Amino acid sequence: MNITELVGIFFSALIINNIILMRFIGLCSFFGVSDKMENSFGMSGAVIFVMVLASSVTWLVYHYLLLPLGLVFLRTLIFILVIASLVQLVELFMKKYLIALYRALGIYLPLITTNCAILAVAFLNIDYNYNFVQMLVYTVGVAGGYSLAIILFSSLRERLKLAPVPDFIRGYPLVFFTAALMSLAFMGFSGLFGLH
Amino acid sequence: MSLIKILLNGIFTENPILMLMIGLCPTLACSGDAGSALGMGLAATFVLVCSNLLVSMIRRIVPSEIRIPVFIVIIATFVTITDYTMQAYFPQLATSLGVFLPLIVVNCIILARAEAFAYRNNLIRSFFDGLGMGLGFTLAIVLLGIMRETIGAGTIFGYPLNHFEPAAIMILPPGAFIGIGILISIWQIITKKKKEVSPCHNCALAKICYPEGKGEL
Repeated sequence: MNITELVGIFFSALIINNIILMRFIGLCSFFGVSDKMENSFGMSGAVIFVMVLASSVTWLVYHYLLLPLGLVFLRTLIFILVIASLVQLVELFMKKYLIALYRALGIYLPLITTNCAILAVAFLNIDYNYNFVQMLVYTVGVAGGYSLAIILFSSLRERLKLAPVPDFIRGYPLVFFTAALMSLAFMGFSGLFGLH
Repeated sequence: MSLIKILLNGIFTENPILMLMIGLCPTLACSGDAGSALGMGLAATFVLVCSNLLVSMIRRIVPSEIRIPVFIVIIATFVTITDYTMQAYFPQLATSLGVFLPLIVVNCIILARAEAFAYRNNLIRSFFDGLGMGLGFTLAIVLLGIMRETIGAGTIFGYPLNHFEPAAIMILPPGAFIGIGILISIWQIITKKKKEVSPCHNCALAKICYPEGKGEL
């Protein structure tokens, strides 16, 4: 393992294979909460926090519990239960000891339990056969990519509200077309540093 | 409400994708060609029907405090069955759906129907609701798949169309967003309903994320 490889994993996850615009994971919350800039910041913070935590825990569970016991077929079930209970625990812990953080991120936590991005990254870490360090770098990259996309997109959407557009694309169709243009722009990063 | 009405409700009136806009991730990701779109639609329909049946069967013995975890376990079980069956009998389709096959477990449509319909209705009604919603999902994803494959690759279900210069952008990621935008705007013209409501309001967990009295986050 060397630094170049880790940097490659990070940038590939951050922009080239951006989880929202290139891989279509986590779209519900992307379209759901991106109508205001402040919501996007809150959601990004919560996603980064939970994604790193959940990926580490599911990676450990998979490699030290499911693999030795031959229970790989229970992966889907165990992962979703681990993530759901982890989010609950984090919420309780934050409520008790980290009030300030809870006020900032608390309401976004339940949203995250069924956010497919968290579960998807847990699966992808296993599918790509990453070791623990690669897993951490990849997860931070993906979470950063999510934040990048949702924050950029919400700033576009705040302006779209005032745009004079034909009646039949007002509302969500316009939002999808904007996402398409953003996705097109991100496609331009393909091949950056020789990565795909 | 008669059974036919429940069935049609899922396909047209409350089409999960075109009206409620939930379950967008698999729709956009698996619609690059019509074949895998159909595979994804049918897999999700199978899980939806089975989970609706089982949830409806045990609805009287599940306390309401722990219903969501119970739903998730039920859904995850059927998703695992589907995942392994597909890997065994349709390995090519399973490879093209990739991570989205196990991700059916977090498809909002399935949890939303368990919570909003199957937990409150009897077995037969839940079956028709699951079938209707599943077919509605399949309809939307296959429409999108056909549209993207025809324009982007010049084929339908793998059969080539002649005299046609494909525009490759439609099978690349931006094409998915353009395609769903076009589909939804056509649907808006037909039904004359505008969607200003965020998809989050139609999610199964909306009550948790949007506590009563607060309209938004």
